[in-house]
Amino acid sequence: MIELIDITKTFDAANTSHDALIDVTLTIEDGDIFGIIGISGAGKSTLARCINLLERPSAGTIRIDDVDITNFTGRDLLDLRSSIGMIFQDFSLFSQRTVLQNVMFPLEIRGDSRQHCRARAYELLEVVGLVEKANSYPSQLSGGQQQRVSIARALANDPKIILCDEATSALDTLTTNSILDLLRQINRDLGVTIVVITHSMSVVRKICNKVAVLDQGRVIELGTTEEIFDDPQNAVTSELIGEVIIRG
Amino acid sequence: MADSMSFFSDFIARYGSLLIQGTIATLIMTFVSSALAYLLGTPLGILLMMSAPNSLKPNRTLYSVLGWIVNIGRSIPFIILMVALIPLSRLIMGTSLGVAGAITPLVIASTPFVARLIENSLQEVPSGVIEAAQSYGASTFQIIWKVLLSEALPSIARSIPITVITIFSYTAIAGVVGAGGLGDIAVRYGYHRYQTDVMVATIIIMIFLIQVIQTLGNIAVRRIDKR
Repeated sequence: MIELIDITKTFDAANTSHDALIDVTLTIEDGDIFGIIGISGAGKSTLARCINLLERPSAGTIRIDDVDITNFTGRDLLDLRSSIGMIFQDFSLFSQRTVLQNVMFPLEIRGDSRQHCRARAYELLEVVGLVEKANSYPSQLSGGQQQRVSIARALANDPKIILCDEATSALDTLTTNSILDLLRQINRDLGVTIVVITHSMSVVRKICNKVAVLDQGRVIELGTTEEIFDDPQNAVTSELIGEVIIRG
Repeated sequence: MADSMSFFSDFIARYGSLLIQGTIATLIMTFVSSALAYLLGTPLGILLMMSAPNSLKPNRTLYSVLGWIVNIGRSIPFIILMVALIPLSRLIMGTSLGVAGAITPLVIASTPFVARLIENSLQEVPSGVIEAAQSYGASTFQIIWKVLLSEALPSIARSIPITVITIFSYTAIAGVVGAGGLGDIAVRYGYHRYQTDVMVATIIIMIFLIQVIQTLGNIAVRRIDKR
């Protein structure tokens, strides 16, 4: 269970400061596929990055499984991060490493034996259906294949949580669907909690069971996906849903 | 025909060993200095990259001081640096003359250059890739070693011929101040004695060596770069 309590994040520039998140409170239960949706600049990526402390909140508390992680540093911080997988819009694969070596990376930095890293990486490539590409380099793969590799990499440490930051925004509809299917399968089969950052309501509708709508750093709506779709309380939410209807 | 043949054999008989020795001296100065410059310049470049504002370990003081040292090193023309460093060279190598005497100033002149090249190469690594490594719990050292250097390797490899060729041209200047090598031969014979043939020979050798260095560099980059 991930509990975000009164999270505020302020970015200080030279003369101005900008509130990216204001008093955000929400709870993500184990096994959820939790959508965080909003337009660009709403603060959703910042919020996701607070969960693995890539961003440190300016105020508020983050608890994961009842442990307050807000002020983790040093070894605790690195261990926390290695227990949370993350995938990115631009895949962020290591271009000089093969597919197999990319998947081995999180295990390698944990200090696992080379043999174990390899065996585990092959298992994971099996899960995402890319064993035959093990010795290819990322530049030789399509966008969808690259995202599958990064999902395999995110799974390497047996995480209980995976953060997806606009994971399908760079992909076409067909590829998006296959990636979302894969995420749903991982959620179902491995019981991994998935946090989905997106600006697309159709992504939310396809895989999320719960959703928080973020606007200008505030949670303006929170509920199950059905609730939000059936009865949006906020103009911004309606607009985001409207987009789905227009696009079909 | 017979005339030109005998001209060549005469020329090689008279200057062949001189040119070979000069070439060897130039190559030793170039490659030993390049290796040492990378040995010293790489950590310096890493420190510069890491301590820069908004980087992984921002440190304004360290970044300013290092940047300042590097800029000083790069702003002094080599021929002046060479003369200024004569005492230091005597201290480190025991002499300021010959190949051994040239190494100290060559390394000191090229280390800041290498540091900047390394810094630039490391900065080219996409921040998303670094963030991905952080998100998997990589320590700073692991990020430097397993991500930054590894991802920047093609760019670093591409800059190596630039450094080697720059140092190569420095060795010619060093030649003027007693270091020996092809530059020294070109100046002594070509300039002081008006022996144009010797000078032309050194130029041909230099052009050939530079072509070889650049070609080998290009082949290496093609093998390394997986992007």
